[in-house]
Amino acid sequence: MTVTDHTQATADTAHSHGVIPDKSRADRIVSFDVDAFPVPTGREENWRFSPVRDLKTLFADEAAESHLEWATSELPAGVTLTEVAADDAQARTVRAPGDRASAVAVKHAGGAMALTVAANTVVEEPITIDLTGVGGEVRGHLLVELGQSAEATVVIRRTGTAHYSELVSVDLQDNAGLNLVLLQQWDEDAIHAGEVVARLGRDSRLRGTVVTLGGKVVRLNTSAAFAGEGASVDLFGLYFADSGQHQEHQLFVDHAVPKCTSRVTYKGALAGKTAHSVWIGDVLIRAAAEGTDTYELNRNLVLTDGARADSVPNLEIETGEIEGAGHASATGRFDEEQMFYLRSRGISEEQARKLVVRGFFADLIHEIGVPAVEESLMRQIDLEIAHVEEELGDE
Amino acid sequence: MSTLEIRNLHVTVETPEGTKEILKGVDLTINSGETHAIMGPNGSGKSTLAYSIAGHPKYEITEGTVTLDGEDVLEMSVDERAKAGLFLAMQYPVEVPGVSVSNFLRTAKTAIDGEAPKLRTWVKDVKVAMENLRMDPAFGERGVNEGFSGGEKKRHEILQMELLQPKISILDETDSGLDVDALRIVSEGVNRAKDNTGLGVMLITHYTRILRYIKPDYVHVFVNGRVAEEGGPELAERLEAEGYDRYLADA
Repeated sequence: MTVTDHTQATADTAHSHGVIPDKSRADRIVSFDVDAFPVPTGREENWRFSPVRDLKTLFADEAAESHLEWATSELPAGVTLTEVAADDAQARTVRAPGDRASAVAVKHAGGAMALTVAANTVVEEPITIDLTGVGGEVRGHLLVELGQSAEATVVIRRTGTAHYSELVSVDLQDNAGLNLVLLQQWDEDAIHAGEVVARLGRDSRLRGTVVTLGGKVVRLNTSAAFAGEGASVDLFGLYFADSGQHQEHQLFVDHAVPKCTSRVTYKGALAGKTAHSVWIGDVLIRAAAEGTDTYELNRNLVLTDGARADSVPNLEIETGEIEGAGHASATGRFDEEQMFYLRSRGISEEQARKLVVRGFFADLIHEIGVPAVEESLMRQIDLEIAHVEEELGDE
Repeated sequence: MSTLEIRNLHVTVETPEGTKEILKGVDLTINSGETHAIMGPNGSGKSTLAYSIAGHPKYEITEGTVTLDGEDVLEMSVDERAKAGLFLAMQYPVEVPGVSVSNFLRTAKTAIDGEAPKLRTWVKDVKVAMENLRMDPAFGERGVNEGFSGGEKKRHEILQMELLQPKISILDETDSGLDVDALRIVSEGVNRAKDNTGLGVMLITHYTRILRYIKPDYVHVFVNGRVAEEGGPELAERLEAEGYDRYLADA
């Protein structure tokens, strides 16, 4: 097992007064111009943990020939799903792409699909969008737009296989509330690099849950920027990496205005020799963002030897007038004492492992707030654990 | 009627200083309905005895036998030992976050019995057992040992023991750190299990106070990895008056 936990170094930086990191997170380039981003080599700060060779086709500045199949639940009144031409799509995107894969996705998606919830519309039932890959190269651009005081739950589930890059733009007008669930349940050979960029208007509320179970490489970066006071964002993530899987989640919460709240909670389990997870959590509290309250947490549970979890929390604070700011990162081995305790009560090794892993994820799963998704996830996690048992049995 | 028989048990652990022998030939027989107090100074190997019988991977058995009704306990995995009828109430029960007490209890009961308990009787059994141990019903929804006070952890151990109904129970310093009220509640639970199921008890303790509430049939003084002296309840009274100094001088 290799565990890199950069918490201490980062914490030291954050807590040493007067020491400023080399470069602020705010200085990172964003652009619709693909050429603004050289093809990553793996040495760049934001690509240094990524298997750039596997992502190669997603960096190519050329048209993609394939597509994902769409299936959408019946849309209630006030909700529309429309095709938007490229120019308009770009104008309605809340922030320009932050890396090459994302810029390529926007350029070659041929416009965007826009899911729009009209102002003051409250949608009770979750809106589900199933995206199924049928192989090949796919570029995607998706807009999720909620008008003032609109409320909705949107579940986007990706299955099948593809080499897929995308930009998902989330635009919350004042006082809107969105529960966005992104499920990565790809087949085992899928390659997926995505960027979710959210803009939160005054008093708006975003709950974003990312669940990554499938795929060979999934690299899903979420950025949330506060544009108005009193808004809050809760970002949850759950991942389970097996042998041969690379699962990467980078987060950036930009506190640019006062009195906003952010919580980032990502948990992952890893099993198998070449399982690799990466979590990078950046929080920036700008000078103007007085009264900010933020906390980010990443926990990794390493179930077997050979898995590698990288966890890098970064907190940049430019004002002292805040409510609270903290982060925690912990990567631990499967706890032998927990196993002994459960087994000493007659519970088999397999079932004990299942209990511990389910328990590890339980609080996160309950945060999703979509019962059908919660139940299906518990079953999927059981399948993942069964898979671990098989691998252990083979040794 | 069950019998736990420990013969010439030698146990080592790995330490930074190398392999260390903790148990140096322990002989002990516990029958159903009997209560054996194992007393001794800290570091004498009492807890090692408890964990070795339960099968903790840290301890290596180098010599001797442990049998339950003639079956070789040392050949069994940890969960097989529990299913065979052994129970260990731990001194420091570990937290299992996110796993509720009620789920844990039901899973353990199902594993021990080989079938799920009948829902209606089970819910009632748990409720009664918790009431007897003065545990709030809300307890069932908490994570296993998560944020429990010392007294809550010990009551939770006894709750499990009463519900799982083992043949032989090893109580590892269940009394340590308990105030007298909690000690009384926990002791009542042990006595209840003895009355209801004829439980045999190995009561490991550093202090004599618990012996006012759970009457031992036999007292074994444990010093330096073996039984230094054995006797009836009167031996405990003598220890209460004199302490362990007499044995330590010999050691």
